[in-house]
This record gives sequence, C-alpha cells and structure tokens, in this order.
Amino acid sequence: MDKKRSFSLGSSEAFISVAASLVCIAIGLALGLVVLAIINAEHAFGDGLLVILKSGLQSPRNMGTVLANTAPLIMTGLSVGFAFKTGLFNIGAAGQYTLGAFGALYCAIVLHLPWYLCLLAAMALGALWGAIPGIFKAYLNINEVITAIMFNWIGLYMVNDIMYGRGQGAMYDLSSTKTYSLRKVSPGSMIPSCGMSDLFGKLQSVTIAIFIAILFAIAVYVVLNKTTFGYELKACGFNKNAAQYAGINDKRNIILSMTIAGALAGVGAGLYYLSTVAEWNPQVSTALPAMGFNGISSALLACSNPIGTIFSSLFISYITVGGTKLSTQYYTKEIADVITAIIIYLCAFSLLFKNRIRALLRANRRSTEALKGGEE
Amino acid sequence: MLFLLLKYTLLYTVVLMMVALGGMFSERSGIINIALEGIMVIGGLAGVVAIQFIPATWNVVAIVLFSTLAAALAGMVYAALLAFASINLNADQTIGGTALNMLATALAMVIAKGVNGSASAKLDYSNRAFIYDIGPLTVNAFLFIGLVALAVSTFVLYRTRLGLRLRACGEHPQAADSVGINVYKMRYIGVLISGVLGGIGGMAYIIPSVSSWNFEVGVSGAGFLALAVMIFGQWKPMRIFLAAIFFALFKSLANIASSTVLASLNWTQNMYNMIPFIASMVILAFTSKKSRAPKAEGVPYDKGSR
Repeated sequence: MDKKRSFSLGSSEAFISVAASLVCIAIGLALGLVVLAIINAEHAFGDGLLVILKSGLQSPRNMGTVLANTAPLIMTGLSVGFAFKTGLFNIGAAGQYTLGAFGALYCAIVLHLPWYLCLLAAMALGALWGAIPGIFKAYLNINEVITAIMFNWIGLYMVNDIMYGRGQGAMYDLSSTKTYSLRKVSPGSMIPSCGMSDLFGKLQSVTIAIFIAILFAIAVYVVLNKTTFGYELKACGFNKNAAQYAGINDKRNIILSMTIAGALAGVGAGLYYLSTVAEWNPQVSTALPAMGFNGISSALLACSNPIGTIFSSLFISYITVGGTKLSTQYYTKEIADVITAIIIYLCAFSLLFKNRIRALLRANRRSTEALKGGEE
Repeated sequence: MLFLLLKYTLLYTVVLMMVALGGMFSERSGIINIALEGIMVIGGLAGVVAIQFIPATWNVVAIVLFSTLAAALAGMVYAALLAFASINLNADQTIGGTALNMLATALAMVIAKGVNGSASAKLDYSNRAFIYDIGPLTVNAFLFIGLVALAVSTFVLYRTRLGLRLRACGEHPQAADSVGINVYKMRYIGVLISGVLGGIGGMAYIIPSVSSWNFEVGVSGAGFLALAVMIFGQWKPMRIFLAAIFFALFKSLANIASSTVLASLNWTQNMYNMIPFIASMVILAFTSKKSRAPKAEGVPYDKGSR
C-alpha cells in the first residue's frame, strides 16, 4: 500500500515536471510569435513560426542536421544537468567544450589517431577544465560559477592561441582560415557513420554520435539513480553539512562531480568536431561556443533529468535548425535563439508553474473524490 | 604611446568600474546579478541605435546626454526582467541571469539586423561627440560620467538612508523588514540601479573605441570581467575603483602591445587577453578566506521564514 502510493507520487511528480516544461515551451513559442510579429506582422505565422516548427522534418537532410547537432547538445546538457543534481552550477560547459574540441582536433589532425582515442582525449581535457572549478570550490571556497566563467575565457584564448599559432599552427588551414577538414586530412579520425548518413540524404556529418550520446545519457541516469556513488554526490548537493555528518567526503565529491561534468562536455565537443559538423575557427572565435551555453538550456528544460535531456536537446536543436531555414527576406535565424532564451527565462521560475499544476491536480482529485463519495 | 596606454586604461577603467558598481548595488541589496553582461549588450545597443537616430546637427552635449539616457533606460528595463523573476517569482537568480545573458545576445542580433535591414549585425555610428583631445591625451565623455557615478554611488551607499536600508536588505532582510523596511522595494531599487549603470557601461565599452560594432560578439566577456572586479573590490565602491584600474591596465596592454616595446616579448594578443582572467583567479585564490560577500545574496526573501 505504502509502496504503491510512493510510486504514484513519483510518477505524478515526473508528470508535473514534464507539464511545467511544456508550459514553458508553449509560452516561449507564443512570445516568439510576438517577436516575429513585431519585426514583420504579415509573415509572422506562415513564414515565421511555422517554418521554425516544420523545417526540421521537411527533408532527410534537415533531419540529419538536427541529429548531428543534437548529439553534442545532449552531452553539454548532461554536463550541466549532472552538476545541477549534485548542487553545482556548471556554467563552464562552454570552456570544457572548447578544451574538448582542442583535444579531439589535435589527436585527429596532428596525431591521426582513431576516432575513439580522439574522443577519449576530448573527454580528458574537458575533465581537466571541469576539475579546476571543483578544486577552487572544495579547497578555497570560491563559488564555482565565478571560477568557471574565468576559466571559460582563459580556455578560449589559450586554445585559439595554440590553434592559430600566428597563422602557422599545425592544425590551422590558411586557405579556409579554420582547422583542417578531417574529411581530407584524417578520415580515419572521423566517427563512423555506419550507414547513418545514407539514411539522411547523404549528409556526412550524421554519424553514430547520436547513439553514443544516448548511451552516455543512460549511463548518467544509472550512476545518479542506481549507485551509492551517485547517491553520495546527490546527498552533497542536497545538504553539504548533513552529507559530511553522514561520513561522505564532500570535498572529494565536489571535485569529482565537476570533473565528470567537464568530461561529459568534452565528449560533446568530440562528437561535434569528429563528426565534422563544422571546423573550429580560431581567429574570429571571440565568443565562446554556443553549444556550451545551450547545454544549460537543455538541462533546465529537462529539469536535469538525464533521459529528459535527450528530448530537450532534440527540441532545442530542432527549433535552432528551423531558425536557420527562415527566409532571410523577412527574418534572421537568431529568432530561434530568442525563443530558446525566453523558454529558459521561464524555466527559471518553473517552480511556480509546478506549484500551479500541483494545485490544479489536487483540486481535480478532490472534486472527483467528492463525486465518488456522493455516489457511495 | 604612453598616452595611448593611458587612453585605453581610462576607457576600460570607467567601463569596468561602472558595471561593477552596478553589480555592487544589486548584490548589496541581496540579488546576485550575473546578467551584467547581457545588460551591457542591451545598453550598448540602445546607445548605438540612439546615436543613429539623433540628427547629427544636434548640440554635442545633447547627443551625449540623450544617447546615454537611452542606454541607461534600456539597461534598467532589461534589469527589471531579472528583478521580476528573482524578487516577485523567487526564481533562481543565477539561472535567471544566465537566461538573460543568452537572450541579450540573440535579441541584440535580431534588433541590429532589423535596424540594418541586412544580414549583418554590424552597426556603424559616429562617435565624434564622445571624444575630446586634451593635449596629446584622448579622453571620452564617459570618463566624466563615470567619475560622477563613483562619487554618487559612494555617497548614496554610505551617507543616505536609502544606502543603509539597501545594505540591510542584503545582510539580514528579516531584520530589515522588522523595522519597517520594504525588502522587495529595496531589492528592486538595487537591481534597477545596476541596470542603469550596466547599460551606460555597455555603451561606454562600445562607443568610444571604435565606430562600428558587430553585435555577434556581444561585449565579449566585459560583463563577466566586471563581476570579477566587483568581487576583487569586495563590494565596496573605492576598492572597486582601484580594482577596475588594475584590470583595465592589463586589458589595455592587449590593445597596444604590438606597437610598443612589449612587442619584443613576442606575446600574442590572446595572451594579454588571458591575463586579467588569470590575475583575477590568482587574487581570488589568495583573498577568498577574507572575502565577505553580502550575507543574504542569492536567497529569495521569504517573509515567513525566520
């Protein structure tokens, strides 16, 4: 009896979370429509919102683009979400992603290593960059947000400096002003497609990366929910002092969770660049990679649930790709970013939505119970 | 050359100081303002657009005043979004701020492209009204605005009733409430002031140095640097001023390194760009034990809690 009740409570809690996220998405899209209407009222719906919502499914190639961008986003989303679950805010995913990109591309372009070793290098460098804020937090009590922000920029400038190398960097292709294309210089370092690209209109960047990302999501879910290690990490997040009192080494756990979060973000960069979705441009990259910050969006939308992150990442990539298909005659592709950002702003107070939905459900249940009582 | 260094140092000092002072007001009232970067972008955009729309025939002082007012207003309105989420809706302040940062860059590009009517987010403008030559030294209008802001901030924070109440809300809101201070109102004031200063700071970052700006890069991390300045300055106006000078010096070295004796060091621009961030980490590491942030910052105020 008791067990049954706790189960139904758990599932209704999950339902409430999903419902709250859907409310955020609905309001976000509605506000997006308002923005579209302000820019160009005549075309706002047909040439605006509908294009964003439909394009991702319109052709196999578009679907492929969505998938290719979803894989790394799942990883950065997992990175941020994992840290959230352990009570830390990993705003450093962008920096860890940058380091991961460097590791993957260095091993691929310079060392010509097979793809799984490149991915491992991306993971290791991401983990290193994630560990730093953890160490600062554990031993010096400096807020991980501040450290991560600083090391985002340090990492970006460092990676750009090494890659560009005054125009003579080993990975820098003068003719394209980006890093060398893996397809040309090191095809062996590309993540295998295993027929995926044939499925999606011969788009070469569709690889098994999406499956790797999903496997990671499941692994993170298992670690967080089914292992003692995950339990300890979460305990530290809920209440550091109580965890300490229960004999959990909180310093070690803070560093470990940031390291794991960094590793996840690093893998994300590996999946992106080893699938040759794009090349790194070390010269104009004065801005941190958006994939890292979108990971925050994806994690928040999924309420940090690893499995939910798969779907939220799919959704964000979907509308981002939809945004690029907007006719430049009327709109710019950044509208999709505006919509995502609005959704995240709403997510920040999703607790409010959750309470509303909970109250609604309770009122509903009470009225049905009252009805039942009347029948008896 | 020395004058060039001085010019850039003054420019960045004013920017970092004003934005950090803004952050100080917000955090002293109890609200973490990580959205400074986004506020700067929106303020800068408003300032640039205002200059484009103001007829060039206007008096120099009028141009400066009106465009700065536009930046301040835009920053304030944008900061109100943070205030609304974190004060009225008890949202997580760090997440709300991060969302506003992401929204700012996207929104700025949409607006800039809209103003341009093209696919480029690069806006051109005239910055002649803002720049004056005093002998061999070039200064900009924001130097005066910044110094006034510093003096007024110090006075308001330490010498007025408003400042005392604001600080109380950041330290112990329950105690403040018990003596009849409206905590929500004080926190709104704190965040809105940070919007005004952040907006002007964003404009001061963009306009005096170049005459066209691509909003794709936002303000390239200046807002986050200001956040570090604020912490290094220990949430105190004069210390923030000194911290801003220190950070600005390194940032300026990046700009002029290639044309000076420093060129013989053979450092790339990226290395100079890195230094302020590394320096702030080193300083934070050494001062963290003594660091004292406002006690109640980041905690939504709940009237019922004890």
